[in-house]
Amino acid sequence: MRRDVFQAIADPSRRAIIGLIALQAMTPNALAEHFDTSRQAISKHLKILTECQIVKQDPQGREIYYKLETAKMKEIDEWLEQFRQIWENRFNELDQVLLTIKTIEK
Amino acid sequence: MKNNELVDFSIDKENNTVNVKRVFAAPISNVWAAWIERELLDQWWAPKPWKSKTKSMDFKVGGRRLYAMVGPEGEEHWAIADYTVISPKTNFKYLDAFCDSDGNITEDFPRSDWNVDFTESGNTTIVYVTIKHENLSDLETIIEMGFKEGFTMTLNELANIFLSNQI
Repeated sequence: MRRDVFQAIADPSRRAIIGLIALQAMTPNALAEHFDTSRQAISKHLKILTECQIVKQDPQGREIYYKLETAKMKEIDEWLEQFRQIWENRFNELDQVLLTIKTIEK
Repeated sequence: MKNNELVDFSIDKENNTVNVKRVFAAPISNVWAAWIERELLDQWWAPKPWKSKTKSMDFKVGGRRLYAMVGPEGEEHWAIADYTVISPKTNFKYLDAFCDSDGNITEDFPRSDWNVDFTESGNTTIVYVTIKHENLSDLETIIEMGFKEGFTMTLNELANIFLSNQI
């Protein structure tokens, strides 16, 4: 199933998982130790993240490690960044306008 | 760059909303005025180098703002805001749409639902903007329609500030 990348970051647990595996590749068991939820819940999040192509499986011996697809994350970040920029720029302008309103009122 | 308050920006995929929060160092009546008076709104609504040009604005429930985002080459992207709810100095809501210069709505593009909340906190005012879209791919289209070229310049300039601001 193909999913879009925003599903990956919509859920707080998935954002936390992304944050953890950004530091180092981890197995589902190692990840589960960081959360109160079940190992099954972690697996479900990992499945979604894999389908979003945010993470990639990296089998090492009997263990499956999950690691970040940094190119995909960069894509999201750049995309979000454009929106944040729009609002940053817009509100910086608003700051200037508010300064002039203050002057008018004095 | 001045020591400005940062925008708290997030996307809620489950609800198809974009959430923006920002603190302004100004009384609520001034911040409110900047959103509802066309002369003030036009001064900040379009991010540089684009300019906002309001053709008509009737800020009341059932009223409409018709405006253009004018690019550096003179290109115009027209849009409307149809005000649906107004609680002075507290909240207003509107439906936006792309349109032509006479306000005829571009039907093949879904409208989004805007909610703007104002809260006073000491000497500052907090503004919360929530934009509800039918789906998030609309957002990409919005960028492509209006802002892409205009922002490339400022993007490069400001990118450094946000390098540390990862998800």
